[in-house]
Amino acid sequence: MRWTLITSTTLLLAVAGCGGASSTAGSDSPSAKGTVKIAINPWVGYEANAAVLGYLLEHELGYTVEEKNLKEEIAWQGFETGEVDVIVENWGHDDLKKTYIDEKKVAVNAGPTGNDGIIGWYVPQWMADKYPDITDYKNLDKYANLFKTSESGGKGQLLDGDPSFVTNDAALVSNLKLNYKVVYSGSEAALIKAAQQATAQQKPLLFYFYEPQWLFAKEKYVRVKLPTYTAGCDADPKKVACDYPDYVLDKIASKKFADTGGAAYQLIKNFTWTNDDQNLVADYLTNQGMDHERAAGKWVKEHEATWKPWIPS
Amino acid sequence: MSTRPVEAAATAEAAPEAATATRAETAVPTRAAAWAARPVHILRESRPGRRTLVAVLVVLTAGAWAGVRTTGAADTDDAAAFRFFDDVRDWVDSHRDTHPLFLYGVNYLRLAVVEVIDIVQTLMHALSGPATVAAAGAVAFLAAGVRTAILAVAGFLGLGLLGLWEAGIDTLALTVSAVLLAVLIGMPLGVLAARVDAVGAVLRPVLDVMQILPTFAYLAPMTLLFSIGEPAAVIATLIYAVPVTVRITELGIRGVSPVTVEAAAALGSTRWQLLSKVRLPMARPSLALAVNQTIMMALSMVVVTALIDAPGLGQDIVRALERVNVGAAFDAGLAIVLLAIVLDRITTGAARRAGAHRPVRTRLIRTGLAAAAVLAVSLVPWGTRHPEHSFAPVVNDVTGWVELHWFDATDALRSAVSTVLLNPLESVLTTTPWWFFVLVVAVVGTLGSGWRSALVAALAAAGIAGLGLWLHAMQTLATVLVAALVTMVLGILLGVFCAQSDRLAAGLRPVLDAAQTMPSFVYLLPAVALFGASRFTAIVAAVIYAVPPVVRLVERGVRDVPAEVVEAARAAGSTPGQLLRKVQLPLARRGLLLAANQGIVMVLAMVVVGGLVGAGALGYDVVAGFAQREDFGRGLAAGFAIVLLGIVLDRLTQGLAKERAS
Repeated sequence: MRWTLITSTTLLLAVAGCGGASSTAGSDSPSAKGTVKIAINPWVGYEANAAVLGYLLEHELGYTVEEKNLKEEIAWQGFETGEVDVIVENWGHDDLKKTYIDEKKVAVNAGPTGNDGIIGWYVPQWMADKYPDITDYKNLDKYANLFKTSESGGKGQLLDGDPSFVTNDAALVSNLKLNYKVVYSGSEAALIKAAQQATAQQKPLLFYFYEPQWLFAKEKYVRVKLPTYTAGCDADPKKVACDYPDYVLDKIASKKFADTGGAAYQLIKNFTWTNDDQNLVADYLTNQGMDHERAAGKWVKEHEATWKPWIPS
Repeated sequence: MSTRPVEAAATAEAAPEAATATRAETAVPTRAAAWAARPVHILRESRPGRRTLVAVLVVLTAGAWAGVRTTGAADTDDAAAFRFFDDVRDWVDSHRDTHPLFLYGVNYLRLAVVEVIDIVQTLMHALSGPATVAAAGAVAFLAAGVRTAILAVAGFLGLGLLGLWEAGIDTLALTVSAVLLAVLIGMPLGVLAARVDAVGAVLRPVLDVMQILPTFAYLAPMTLLFSIGEPAAVIATLIYAVPVTVRITELGIRGVSPVTVEAAAALGSTRWQLLSKVRLPMARPSLALAVNQTIMMALSMVVVTALIDAPGLGQDIVRALERVNVGAAFDAGLAIVLLAIVLDRITTGAARRAGAHRPVRTRLIRTGLAAAAVLAVSLVPWGTRHPEHSFAPVVNDVTGWVELHWFDATDALRSAVSTVLLNPLESVLTTTPWWFFVLVVAVVGTLGSGWRSALVAALAAAGIAGLGLWLHAMQTLATVLVAALVTMVLGILLGVFCAQSDRLAAGLRPVLDAAQTMPSFVYLLPAVALFGASRFTAIVAAVIYAVPPVVRLVERGVRDVPAEVVEAARAAGSTPGQLLRKVQLPLARRGLLLAANQGIVMVLAMVVVGGLVGAGALGYDVVAGFAQREDFGRGLAAGFAIVLLGIVLDRLTQGLAKERAS
């Protein structure tokens, strides 16, 4: 008891004695030299990027890689404290770029990944065949009945993914005055499972989905046309009434890592590949039950010409 | 996320007696035993006048409702409360490195926590794997004896066998850090609360809110203040666990016999001596129980903090959830159960011995032996290879098979429950105007629990409307009520069976233990695999989460019916069915009502987690508020709405249980 008192008094004195502490004080140390902390956002395409980069960092450059399972926007916060060195597939997030890159200056853009990102609403191919006009949002209300589920409260169901994903769907449904309700499946895996079921059992499904995505190589899904995207039409997230833009997916690194990361940062900066490359690794990860190490190892063995140029000289 | 407020509260009330037995057996039931120990006047229950009154009220309410029902319009997404929280967020975000509150307060707090974590982690990682196992065994041996030591060694070897050693140790280190802080902060507060009534009175509602606030709701503010990473994780865990430390400590100190204290005071002890030489030593079993319960709470929360970048087993579970990989989650869940069992047995063993004294020499010899064993193990070159076994493939095969072959059945079940129970209830609740709901709560509360509880409940209900989340709150309420109904039906059935068959009870106990210790995240997965993304999935997960304590309370309630009464009924020729319906259940009613109260609050905690898998409403708001910046304000408001909903439900049911008892 007495000890606690003494210690706490000392501590208080110490606090009073020195100056204020910054919000990141004591949070380590730019990663111990030789360690790269990669955020892992929750979709398999992202994991494919991270797996290959991690593999090359470990096996070609001799770094240690620490993977951190974090949702998109939360990973950004890690740039401030040094908990995260790099995000290897970023979807837009202009507001976060403004905050963390322009204002706080704790992050930098490490260039595009080479992947083109598309977000949209999709239906299985058989629906597009059976109801040809369903692929225009104007006709969706006509078919709302088909998409009714126990969760959609008498309206049609629009199935979304992880609540942390980039989406305007709730605003879109209300601003386009569609007779639909957004239901969140919770994860990419749940979304894919629903899509596969819809194709296999010919069940109606309208869902949020995106490319690059390995599933498109196996089954056909058709995108529903939304009002055309124009620059700035999505400026106010609550008033969006237009389609998603085409995303140039890029990498974001912490400022600290960019400055002191040496060869590791160079490799990540140089990294760029195609949607097909990513889908291949994603397929290894998802359908062939490989872990990051094995999936990336397999791809690296077969695609030396692609990754050789990334290795800094 | 697992909020275990009730279990903890239950233990808190039972603190002194429970300290001497294992948590699993006594924690929850002792509260029930305490209830049952009160005088029984239940048989005067059935007054015809009252029944008529209730019936008339129900009819009136239904009639009035039909007159005032609304269309159940959607909530605005720009309520004042949301904007307020968003503004707070922006202010904090821009003043984090300039305002004195942060420079001299919050940031130092974070720094201090970082220090604690660093020390603990250094200690934990200082030993090699085999030496850590030996150390666990040694600690268990010293604290709780040989049998616990064997259990501890087996448990830690199990971690390695599952291939989750590193993650397990990371989880353990964070848990220990949080528990250290919780004890340092919570015990003095508990002592203070016990000695100064005003402090106790102020603390009580604060602790209530801390225990009902869904864990997700304060992850976002945590990262706002402390950024992501281990310090934020430990502080979140601390907030979750410390109410238990405070409550049990307070009860323990209050429970110290006043006679002893007076005697010591008469002998001229100073106040400080009274505390350090009399009160604290005499409350030692309760203090040990406080540590035990704090550890259990911390362990379940540390898993959730994986979402804000805490390392450890939580990472594996979050990942499994994202990939709907039931097997991987099972492995990690099992590892957590192993850790929980080992820590529980060590601390309960220590609690049991807290009173007993051994000669100094024996203690020295035992300590020496244990240290020598650890040293010997750490000197042996073990190599780094060890066998590994994962249950993931088997579990995934089983899940896959069930999914494939039972899909029609599970789908039909989900649709049936949704259309017959959930949707009608939801549409009744959502079309009820808020003021009418508040009125009903006030009337029901006054009749059932007295005007004080009614006032609190009605104010809480009005508060939900004030937060601008009425529709979502009513949707959540509908889900909670259906889940609570299923929980009670299952819990009463199982509890009654357990009370009648010792074998069934013994067989079920480890299953219930595991279900209570598994992080609630883990339940979501099989539920998702079977029922897809829906409210029903959340209901299933909530039922798994809430049934164990209900079973225990019901079992205890039925078993506590006096044997003479049962004998008399038998002698009068009752069949077993009559015995149950006319004698045992009515006499166990207080236990049942208590079970209902606890079940409902637990269900509420879990239904929120359902927001992760399509359950929508408040749960989704909270989850989204955590993951999306623009939803921050709404998420926090939803967190408070859940607290208010919890208060409404708790006051109404708790009052009911008390009223019956008096």
